[in-house]
Amino acid sequence: MPSSTKASTLSSWYKKNEIAVTPWLFLLPGVAFFLLYVIFPIFQSINVSFYDWDGLGEAEWIGLGNYEELYWDDAFYTSLRNNLIWLVLYLLVIPAGLFIALFLNQTVTGIRLYKSLFFFPFVISQVVVGLVFTWFYDPTFGLLNQFLGVFGIDPINVLGDERYVTYGIIAAGIWPQTAYCMILYLTGLNAVDPEQIEAARLDGAKGHKMLWFVIIPQLKPATFIAFVVTIIGALRSFDLISIMTNGGPFGESRVLSFYMFEVALSEYGFRMGYGASIAVVLFLIMLCFIAYFLYSMYKEERGGR
Amino acid sequence: MFPAPIQKASPAGQMTYKAMLPAALILWLLPLIAVAVFSVKPAADFTAGNYWGMPSSFNFVENYGKVFFASDMPRYLMNSVMITVPTVIGCVVLSSMTGFALGVYKFRSNLWVFFMFVAGNFVPFQILMVPVRDLTLDMGLYNTKTGLVLFHIAFQTGFCTLFMRNFIRALPFDLIEVARVEGVAEWRIFWYVVLPLMKPALAAMAVLVFTFIWNDFFWAVVLTQGAESQPVTAGITSFNAQYRAAYHLMSAGSIVAALPPVAMFFLMQKHFIAGLTLGAVK
Repeated sequence: MPSSTKASTLSSWYKKNEIAVTPWLFLLPGVAFFLLYVIFPIFQSINVSFYDWDGLGEAEWIGLGNYEELYWDDAFYTSLRNNLIWLVLYLLVIPAGLFIALFLNQTVTGIRLYKSLFFFPFVISQVVVGLVFTWFYDPTFGLLNQFLGVFGIDPINVLGDERYVTYGIIAAGIWPQTAYCMILYLTGLNAVDPEQIEAARLDGAKGHKMLWFVIIPQLKPATFIAFVVTIIGALRSFDLISIMTNGGPFGESRVLSFYMFEVALSEYGFRMGYGASIAVVLFLIMLCFIAYFLYSMYKEERGGR
Repeated sequence: MFPAPIQKASPAGQMTYKAMLPAALILWLLPLIAVAVFSVKPAADFTAGNYWGMPSSFNFVENYGKVFFASDMPRYLMNSVMITVPTVIGCVVLSSMTGFALGVYKFRSNLWVFFMFVAGNFVPFQILMVPVRDLTLDMGLYNTKTGLVLFHIAFQTGFCTLFMRNFIRALPFDLIEVARVEGVAEWRIFWYVVLPLMKPALAAMAVLVFTFIWNDFFWAVVLTQGAESQPVTAGITSFNAQYRAAYHLMSAGSIVAALPPVAMFFLMQKHFIAGLTLGAVK
């Protein structure tokens, strides 16, 4: 019976190489899926960005044509500028989250409930956050203008004014993101070494000095994660813009991720190649951060086991 | 503990702190409270310009009843469930395997495979959009829940692998060594030794993936259209178009759409937070 001998040689071969082969068997489905849906598409997108393509007909190779068009495209620079504003302002959530975490890091009755309610905004979908803030800014009845009205300030149409619109949307995004950083720091504060604090207290350290020299260094892992998720959150911003302004007014609230979508998949036409070139630019920006994150993790790994 | 416990502060200080807590909370949640109030107001309040006053009547049943019985909302909710649950299961299965492989075995490309998952997880969605939409169209899965589920599983596997691998690394390796010396087959080690220890991590991951997927908007817009397959995040926009300027209904709809992850969070808070901190901030 040749087939059974074949099977038994296979199984004895497996027995001999079990340790070497098993990880690959376990990795196979996950890696295959990930390659198909994430890794290959990155390269396909880069490839598509060299073509003029409407998504249906023949794609026409135009080399760097899309990138040349980007270079002259004002909307692209508006989006890029807004992306930078997003990135810079989003970083404020890290100190803001730390501040709230310090405020809540007490043991009084009901504090657990307070902590979870403060965290609440992060759990809600960005779509709902966007709707809520759209009403908050509404020039006729929005809570913001009611509030400004108390001080005699004329209503501001935040989302209809090209000067304020990006900042208005960022404020909406900062709200849940701050909650995320807060929870990271609350968990981090729990792990701060109490002996070091006592020792520092004996040395007369107090208040902000204690915070800066003793606490924050110990919160480094939390800060790292906060940094990673905040940068990614800032560059991924899409939902809020789509819900709150749809890029308007006059495209002033676009960011790269939204502009790309608009170019490739909306009523303005299906310019897959041009969209892909915008995505590639966004990807390259992100790649700088990804490289930095991976480098930090690599150093950590070397230090560890 | 830092800052110094409030119990050590003066009585006046303690009082101030306890008064500030609820005030800060209300301020923090003000936009949400506003929506909650909106959602129980009668339509007449909005036409009469009574936006911020007390509701003239308590219309909880009418408004939410309308969301549930006179709109596509239940279908969107059902779609969300049918997208989210299979994704969670798929991610748990795939990433417990990849996490095991990368966390337990030492082989040369280990770190590279791991970094591939991590890097892929951080990539902006837009660079995947055109090819993934094409792939889904080619497979005949455009505008189906399956198409969305398959992509979500693949993408979330990146994050989940990161999470599982780090968790497994922190487990005592001796357990596995002992099992090996006993001559236990590798797959049995996975099933009987490692998997039971992974339970808390799997729970944390499941809650987290549930929330991410439930709240996904971008891929829902890219890969689906129409009430037969769109999840609630995308559905809420057409719901709002249907009830233009009916703020009481839009508010009620938003609250319904937001509720499942909120419930999940409050029920499984411990796991949720363990997941968000990536288990790194112990």
